[in-house]
Amino acid sequence: MDLTTILQQLVNGISLGSLYGLVAIGYTMVYGVIRLINFAHGDIMMVGMYFAVTGIVAMFLPWWAAFLLSMVATALLGVLVDRLAYKPLRNASRISALITAIGVSFFLENLFLVVFGGVPKAFPVPSVFGGVINVNGVIFPNIAIITPIIAIAFLLILLFILHKTKYGMAMRALSFDMETVRIMGVNVDMIISIVFAIGSFLAAVGGIFWAMRYPAINPLIGIMPGLKAFAAAVLGGIGSVMGAAVGGFVIGLSEILIVALFPPLAGYKDAFAFLFLIFVLLFKPTGIMGEDLERGRF
Amino acid sequence: MNKKTILTVLSVVLLFLFLWYGDGHLSTYAMRIWEEVGIFLMLAASYNLINGVTGQFSLEPNGFVAIGAYVTAILILTPAQKEAMFIITPMVPWLQNLHMSFFPALIIGGLVTAFVGFLLGFPVFRVRGDYLAIVTLGFGLTIRVVSNNTVPITNGALGLKGLPTYTTIWWCWGWAVFAMIVIMRMVNSEFGRAMKAVRDDEDAAIAMGINTFWIKMTAFITAAFFEGVGGGLLASLITIISPTMFTFFLTFELLIIIVVGGLGSMTGTALATIVVIWGSEILRVVEQPMDIFGLHIPGIPGMRMVVFSVLLILIMIFAREGIMGQKEFSWDSLFNFFKKNKVAQK
Repeated sequence: MDLTTILQQLVNGISLGSLYGLVAIGYTMVYGVIRLINFAHGDIMMVGMYFAVTGIVAMFLPWWAAFLLSMVATALLGVLVDRLAYKPLRNASRISALITAIGVSFFLENLFLVVFGGVPKAFPVPSVFGGVINVNGVIFPNIAIITPIIAIAFLLILLFILHKTKYGMAMRALSFDMETVRIMGVNVDMIISIVFAIGSFLAAVGGIFWAMRYPAINPLIGIMPGLKAFAAAVLGGIGSVMGAAVGGFVIGLSEILIVALFPPLAGYKDAFAFLFLIFVLLFKPTGIMGEDLERGRF
Repeated sequence: MNKKTILTVLSVVLLFLFLWYGDGHLSTYAMRIWEEVGIFLMLAASYNLINGVTGQFSLEPNGFVAIGAYVTAILILTPAQKEAMFIITPMVPWLQNLHMSFFPALIIGGLVTAFVGFLLGFPVFRVRGDYLAIVTLGFGLTIRVVSNNTVPITNGALGLKGLPTYTTIWWCWGWAVFAMIVIMRMVNSEFGRAMKAVRDDEDAAIAMGINTFWIKMTAFITAAFFEGVGGGLLASLITIISPTMFTFFLTFELLIIIVVGGLGSMTGTALATIVVIWGSEILRVVEQPMDIFGLHIPGIPGMRMVVFSVLLILIMIFAREGIMGQKEFSWDSLFNFFKKNKVAQK
């Protein structure tokens, strides 16, 4: 294998990894605040893709408006899901909340199957993202360059919100002790809603870029990336935003590189993330960045 | 033998009398559903042993059922059938010549699955709580990926077809009753009390000297065995298996059953299995075109699943306890119920 191929695969892996990272941040933030694995997160990503398609194809919006609308609408959906399905169970056992999350996941998948059908839909890729760049004979698709830039930009904005604003401080405080934060006069429900909004917004970003990378979408498309993103969140240390991003990069890169270096293993590529997950649980259950499994710190 | 044991034996005899009557008189469609009820009862009861009794939220059934189904299917197919079926890559020779009758095949299917459960338990029970759910969910998907790719063993995406139909109503309910007896006895034993202790407060259980890791493992391996056997029964009932057959929907259905019945209640599970399996047959109505007062509503395929998931969410929010909660049906409570009524009448 020559240098050109390796470079191409690296860029490819980094761009896939940044998508996993974007989705993983949603898992890790929700888990950090209310200790719930949001099973529906992958499906929320799928909803983001469909919103964007609807905006472009049915509402004739320019692509940037459709994307923005989809991100905002998906963020609202995340808040709605939390308010309707998870909030009534805040004081119930964690198993109840988990089962409800699975119910929500199944509901979204099947609702979209009924509404849009199971036939894959073509995702209209705007021409800005469609071309390729040729650097000294190494050919990169535009999308593979843009995705990591966007992902890192959003990560920086998020880190700024978390560490420099009052809302961010409230979120970090919530992950330590919800009751004390409530006593301090913080509107806990609003902060949780904001967390869901941020997570779902980033899931929509990840979903849209996923759809431009693999431009055929169906209602079950969110399951696999969702699970791998969760594996990434655990790998990075659940509860840590930086960890989720790093975990995403590690999983995306290794998935691409293993297939590139050992082509016969290509059929097993979807199983790697879970092998990772199992090894992490066996040898370092707190992940790369996490300190303590029971307390998230972002 | 006391009065209550006699009553229990009598009700089991009554159950089999009903099945024997149904075998001759009910339609094949109805009997097919009753066969399914038997298999699902076994699956749901063993699933409830982990989720309800031990309190470890796991999503493993579809993976374990798939393993049991594949092992049993490979064992009950004749060498000639296997040779004809593996057209892309020939089967591994020693597996191709392996052939046995149904009962040992089911047992081996169960044992292999139990062993996989044993291996899987090590990483996931090292940490607490939610990780089990995701790892087992990923495990189910991994099983699908593996069965798709190990063509010389599983025939890949083509699947295995033409399995002999050994599964009858007697096999299904025989195993279901056996599984219920084993699991109920387990729940009422020293093990069961330890399992409930793990569910209610793991730290307190550790403080009391319970080895919580092995208690969880015991529940997990027992459940894996019965899920493997259930997979074998399903394989021979449907006569065809492929990697895409045992999806997460199977787990989802079982989850609804144990939630409706009450997490931790085996008798509740039995009731809920009948209600949910027959209910989902009745729910097929929503997918068919309807005419209400001259208004034509076209059938919406897939609507059943939407209704299912909304039901699950509503049950979790408003009726978390299910039918039985954590309680069990017992003859004593039934007698007490009647006694109270008599007193009330006086």
